[in-house]
Amino acid sequence: MDMGSLLHQFIQQMINGISLGSIYALIALGYTMIYGIIKLINFAHGDIYMVGAYLGFIATTYLGFGFLPAIIFAMLGAGLAGIIIERVAYRPMRNAPRIAILITAIGVSFFLEYTMMLIASPQPRTFPAIFEATVYHLGPLVVNSQQILILVSALVLMVALSYIVNKTKAGMAMRAVSFDADAAQLMGINVDKTISLTFALGSALAAAGGVLVGIYYNSIDPLMGMMPGMKAFIAAVLGGIGIIPGAMAGGLILGVVEALVSGFISSTFRDAASFAILILILLYKPTGLLGKNVREKV
Amino acid sequence: MFMKMMKKLSSVALAAMVLAALTAGCGGGAKKDAAKPAGNEIVVGASFELTGNVANYGKSTLSGFQMAIDETNKAGGVNGKKIRLVTSDNKSEPAESGNAVTKIVTQDKVVAVVGPATSGCVAAAEPVVTGAKVPLIAPCATAPGITLNKDGSVKQFIFRACFIDPFQGQVMATFADKTLHVKKIAILFDSSSDYSKGLADVFQKTLEKNGGQVVAKEAFLAKDIDFKAALTKIKASNPEALYVPGYYEEVSKIVKQAREIGLNVPMMGSDGWDSPKLAEIAGSAALNNCYFSSAFSADDKDPGVQKFIKTYKDLNKKDPDVFAMQGYNAGLVLVNALKTAGTTDGTKLAVTLAATKDLSVASGKFTYDKNHNPITGAIVIAMKDGKQTFKEKINL
Repeated sequence: MDMGSLLHQFIQQMINGISLGSIYALIALGYTMIYGIIKLINFAHGDIYMVGAYLGFIATTYLGFGFLPAIIFAMLGAGLAGIIIERVAYRPMRNAPRIAILITAIGVSFFLEYTMMLIASPQPRTFPAIFEATVYHLGPLVVNSQQILILVSALVLMVALSYIVNKTKAGMAMRAVSFDADAAQLMGINVDKTISLTFALGSALAAAGGVLVGIYYNSIDPLMGMMPGMKAFIAAVLGGIGIIPGAMAGGLILGVVEALVSGFISSTFRDAASFAILILILLYKPTGLLGKNVREKV
Repeated sequence: MFMKMMKKLSSVALAAMVLAALTAGCGGGAKKDAAKPAGNEIVVGASFELTGNVANYGKSTLSGFQMAIDETNKAGGVNGKKIRLVTSDNKSEPAESGNAVTKIVTQDKVVAVVGPATSGCVAAAEPVVTGAKVPLIAPCATAPGITLNKDGSVKQFIFRACFIDPFQGQVMATFADKTLHVKKIAILFDSSSDYSKGLADVFQKTLEKNGGQVVAKEAFLAKDIDFKAALTKIKASNPEALYVPGYYEEVSKIVKQAREIGLNVPMMGSDGWDSPKLAEIAGSAALNNCYFSSAFSADDKDPGVQKFIKTYKDLNKKDPDVFAMQGYNAGLVLVNALKTAGTTDGTKLAVTLAATKDLSVASGKFTYDKNHNPITGAIVIAMKDGKQTFKEKINL
């Protein structure tokens, strides 16, 4: 392979990686927010993404919604589901040992997967084509309008999230609860409400990811959340779990690494590379790329 | 408790039979014949997945088998004797399969068993029929191992009526060479599935033997959704065709994404592609210039196939699928062996079965190779505007 085609390969794989990475980032955001606020690795998060995809499917197929109403419908629905899950499954466990609540999360994950299988059957569903994919050729490079849609939607949502977290009162409350829940409560912040809001926001982002994946890959099924959920978890840890910009960066880096490994080494090593990253990060920088070393008070 | 007792009883009975057969040696055959209901009927067993999660395979196969037996009886039976069919259900579970076959072998004293449909259930039934020296024909179990012992020798009493998984790899490599005239081929396979890996290996071997070359070999995992990175790499290797053995869930997305990145070469696959979902997910246009191997196509112009389809439709009020055809073929193979052997002795029947040669079945001519696998043709299906169309029949 000569240099020119090598470069073009590289850029093409970057494009592939960024569009995949922005999905990981959207899911990773929810992981990181929920971890940040109640120190829970919400293993059901990947399944919320699946629920979001199904809500988008219902909105487009049965209700005849267009892209924007469908994604908003899915985000609202999944946000509500997130609030309910927190209320029913996690809130009663808030003072239980960490491991108990972690197992509850796995239980919720199975509950969502198999309930969806019961309702919607394990067969994959075909997402209606609400966006005709236009293919743009930039010289030797190929970009698809849906890839652009994913990237733009992800960026808009991330900007909106940053605004909510950094500039609004609710966001300030979230940061306060995450920093010190007891002190926040003493300052008059309604901790329960704030946690509910965090679940709603995180779940809504995952749902948006689900709908985008549905549109882009054209098919959804009840177990679609397992692998992306795991990858998003790696992305969140990579960026520094609990840190919002870290999740965005982690998601994009992971997507690009996967594409480059598949493209220049071998696709057989793709998942191995992802999990190797997780192991290396946990060994050498457990706080993640953007994490600060916080000493725990003893 | 009752079930437990039944299991115990049946295993005792089985042990007794094995012992009898062993001690009596050749004379055992005569004794066994005497124990069977004398008179003018031959009892044949069918053990299938009639309930449980793959019940549709079992039911479909049984319907084809039943049709073959009914036709035989209508035409006068086997050497003047009518065939009586007894069925048992293994609930789609290998653990139940042994019991279900034990029941028909020990209580109903069947002379041969047809079924089960899936490889796992056949493997579980194998010790029972081998112990009782009753031949078993598995109509549609495709795992290569079920007719072979661990040391590679053939299992005396186990036969099948379908091609084995790797055979499809040979078929498509031949198709690439003879019909598409392509030499430089990329392979994208599912590294989490034995089926896909086996097909990819055999395809590569056959291709290289024919003077072709694998220009790229990439892998994916079941449930993956994004294949663009691997496909981009494949595209850079400039293949003349792409071979993707796998199941429709991933394959449909691969086809879609390949076309999106401008990889417009012919794509080839295996019978795992066969699903209406394939066209729904991939899109009709993307699937043009795609081919896959299968055992059966309703468009096959072969008079034998068309006759089978028509008879089946008249009888069952629905279109037959590949399982029904393989059940039917298994029936014809068994009936032919019963007629030729002229006896219901299991060991002799197995020898006769193994010697089946050029028998006319619904899908063409049927001959067993030394591993009890039929040497039979496969069909290549071409996708055209989202519809499956018959492309050609390949005999190796």
